[in-house]
Amino acid sequence: MDAATVADGVRGQRRPIPIWLVIWAVALLLTAALYLFQQLWPWAVTYPEAWTVPLRFWVSDFMKWLINSFDLGLFTFKEFTRSIAWLLQWPLDFAGGLLASGFKLAWGEEAEWFIPRLSWLAVTAVVILIGYQSGGIRLALLVGGCFLYLVIFGQWDSAMVTLSSIVIAVPIGVVLGVFIGILGFRSRRAERLIVPILDLMQTVPVFAYLVPVLFLFGFGPVAAMVATIIYATPPMVRCAMLSLKQVPTEIVEFGQMVGCSRRQLLWKIQIPSARPTLMVGVNQVIMLSLNMVIIASMIGAGGLGFDVLSSLKRLRIGEGIEAGVAITVLAIALDRISQGFANRPPSEQRDRPDSFIARYPYTTIALGIVIITSLAGTFIEGLHTFPERLQVTTGTWWNDLVSWININFFDELEAIKTWLLLNVLIPVKRFLLVLPWLAVVGMVGLAGYQLGGWRLALFTGSLALFMAVTGNWEKSMISVYLCGISVIIAALIGIPIGIYSARHERAHRVVQVVVDTLQTLPSFVYLIPVVMLFRVGDFSAMIAVVAYALAPAIRYTDHGIRQIPPSLVEAGKAFGCSRRQMLWKVQLPIALPEIMLGINQVIMMALAMLVITALVGTRDLGQEVYIALTKADTGRGIVAGLCVAFIAMISDRLISAWAQRKKKEFGLA
Amino acid sequence: MESPERSVKISCHDLWKLFGDNAKEYLTEHNGSVSAQSLKEAGLIGAVCDANFEVFEGEIFIIMGLSGSGKSTLVRCMSRLIEPTAGKVMFENQDLLKASEHELIDIRRHKMGMVFQHFALLPHLTVLHNVAFPLEIQGVDRASREQRAREIIELVGLEGRENYYPRELSGGQQQRVGIARSLAVEPDIWFLDEPFSALDPLIRREMQDEFLRLQNLLHKSIVFITHDFDEAIRLADRIAIMQDGHIIQIGSPEQLVLEPATDYVAEFTREIPRAKIFSAGAIMAPPTGNTLGKVSASTKIEDLAETVVNSKSDVAVVDSDGRTVGQLSRRAVLDVLVGKSTA
Repeated sequence: MDAATVADGVRGQRRPIPIWLVIWAVALLLTAALYLFQQLWPWAVTYPEAWTVPLRFWVSDFMKWLINSFDLGLFTFKEFTRSIAWLLQWPLDFAGGLLASGFKLAWGEEAEWFIPRLSWLAVTAVVILIGYQSGGIRLALLVGGCFLYLVIFGQWDSAMVTLSSIVIAVPIGVVLGVFIGILGFRSRRAERLIVPILDLMQTVPVFAYLVPVLFLFGFGPVAAMVATIIYATPPMVRCAMLSLKQVPTEIVEFGQMVGCSRRQLLWKIQIPSARPTLMVGVNQVIMLSLNMVIIASMIGAGGLGFDVLSSLKRLRIGEGIEAGVAITVLAIALDRISQGFANRPPSEQRDRPDSFIARYPYTTIALGIVIITSLAGTFIEGLHTFPERLQVTTGTWWNDLVSWININFFDELEAIKTWLLLNVLIPVKRFLLVLPWLAVVGMVGLAGYQLGGWRLALFTGSLALFMAVTGNWEKSMISVYLCGISVIIAALIGIPIGIYSARHERAHRVVQVVVDTLQTLPSFVYLIPVVMLFRVGDFSAMIAVVAYALAPAIRYTDHGIRQIPPSLVEAGKAFGCSRRQMLWKVQLPIALPEIMLGINQVIMMALAMLVITALVGTRDLGQEVYIALTKADTGRGIVAGLCVAFIAMISDRLISAWAQRKKKEFGLA
Repeated sequence: MESPERSVKISCHDLWKLFGDNAKEYLTEHNGSVSAQSLKEAGLIGAVCDANFEVFEGEIFIIMGLSGSGKSTLVRCMSRLIEPTAGKVMFENQDLLKASEHELIDIRRHKMGMVFQHFALLPHLTVLHNVAFPLEIQGVDRASREQRAREIIELVGLEGRENYYPRELSGGQQQRVGIARSLAVEPDIWFLDEPFSALDPLIRREMQDEFLRLQNLLHKSIVFITHDFDEAIRLADRIAIMQDGHIIQIGSPEQLVLEPATDYVAEFTREIPRAKIFSAGAIMAPPTGNTLGKVSASTKIEDLAETVVNSKSDVAVVDSDGRTVGQLSRRAVLDVLVGKSTA
């Protein structure tokens, strides 16, 4: 690949455009020829069904064999997964009992003793205290407000079920991630194994591995938690590897010079020095776990996710919004708390007092609060369970709002929808569907060769081929079409906003807050208002995808323009560039690689969201995965999931190769 | 300054470090006689080529070279932070390169100290715990290691800052912590890798004085890396000059100025004011006439100029035992000051 790139580079310097222009023209002509004379080679236009490799059945058979007959010697594979489930059940039950359901202790036949769960007052007070410790009085108020919302709007019971699974899943994910990260950091061979798996796991849609998890762990909260951990751990692994690598050489050398053993070096030098980046990983795990709440409820997690999903299915918009907002509120609270701890200076005690109370003041206060409020709760019912008559619900208000919009603006909304469908969506979809598969595979390979040489060409080409060979070509094309249009729209909206925010300080601050909030929202939440206004179909899916994937387009554009060395901007000014010239001739060209990386992120997020929009009735790969989930068809789900991942990987590799090259040309890499 | 009967603390013998594939085989094949050309053809980079020198007990030995000259690699080979390709590093009659992992850890814990260019302080520990850290690794109990750390913090003038975190300190203060930390275990050999290069010029000068003050108290055997020739001259007993992995000359500051081995060395010494280099002993005349007052033979001209120039007659030069060994005229000192003398 290097040799080829170099050769291309040299050639490219002499006569850059013509050669590739000719090649691409030829490729397009060949494609057109294939289409026009499709009677000659019909197999090259539509992939023949007889050639389909029955991969999905092989996968299903393998899963069946794994569960029914795979024997690890001392125990079977099934026993193995069941014992993991049993292990996870314990902490989950405990957290659930503490926060949500209370404990029922029974001795013999009659004697039964019920310990109630923590009261809302106790939990809220402790959380406020944690908020205060993490980020001072402002964060304490924010977090307190968030939890009071849950209380007042009657979301408490469900929120505590959700929270109890989060507080167990997150530590497990973090510890697992750190250990895998250490492994990858210490051994190059392990790293070479781990990185591609991470790449795959972060691009395969979640739905795809819900099915095998369902198979191995059964339906219920434990399975949901396993899926959550699988989904939320990869970024922790990445952060751990990255942060350990980033520890300055000098610090590691210092450790060696004072005679640290390997273990001391890791735990006393490297891990503590890597702490800031590790904390970013923890934050990621929390956010992804919350993002998973709704999806996990498909395989048995209760709580807020279940509420959202069931109201979405019954089109009870108001209830859905309330539960959705509750998830968001929970996410904001946990996100800010973890960020607060991440940004806080290290928490080593400067002088260690001897008494427990002085040494752990926060723990002591928290224990005190729990005891006092619990006692108070046994005497005053309202302090334990928030009285129902004081609760507020906005459900009917939302329902009224939707009906009002639909009554008054139905025609306008419908007109926009129809126009876009007829003039943009459907033509693009038709066009992509008639493209000969062979030509598309060829062109994907060609793009790979142009940007990264033979190895990339082989990689992208064979991933594209996989979609045809496994019989998912048509659905893949629908995914590409929905994703492509959404990405273009997101870019058209996001890039100008990013440019504006990069050039205006006040706008920048507002945009930052909005983008931060958008990224805290779980993906499902975007579906609710869209379904309210546009009902189901491709158009609704597109709107939801655009809304979800907008943030990185804005963020990367903003960042790309801001990171341009000031000397370049000054040089532009010195030559007398107008503001417009500055933008088009200096800032945008230099920021382009960064903006393209943002677009890359947009594509990744769009694909992730696309699968979820299967719920509003698309007919792409996402639907395929979703159907597989409802039918518990492992093979079908995994193969379609792989197709989604491969679309993501193809675009990721191509764009990264391009951006890398451009950055090198600019000397920014 | 140097006296041959002083004992050797650490020494390098035919020490090589080549970066690249099959460096070891290459070196055995060529049996130590390697040209820059043949290295290049083998695709190897010679970071340290055939280094031979010894560092005496209580001496400040400075390795001077520009960036890329291999000086940092050399000091890392001496402590085995980097595994040398070939050669020997003798430390207290033991070849460090043959030491087992376990022995090496033991030597580093008790006998070596190192100061780093960018301080390498642990960000999550306070000054006190940073300084106590090497003792913690040794397994010293909390009370005694904190006691010892407090003593050293006081020695480097940071008392009152024990509970600060590194980020709350200035660069100069951070390096004081680095120095204190490296001294906590009372090392026998003290490595300093460009300790003052990351500091502002004014602070650098202050730290150099501080370093000399500490050395007057402690008399450590020191290997000091720098790219700053002025710094080398100020601090060194002896200087080794490195270029492209080779040590091209070793000598006292005076020797380097008087007899530069190559044009490269001469280039460094050209701009250095002679008054900073020469001591009274180097330019004195035999003791013949009347003298008024006396100066020590090892005093630099820079420091005695005012006394001699203002004196009405020649000044006597005495050795460390107080015996008169020569005398110094105004004329001789003025010649050095205006740059006429080549001594």
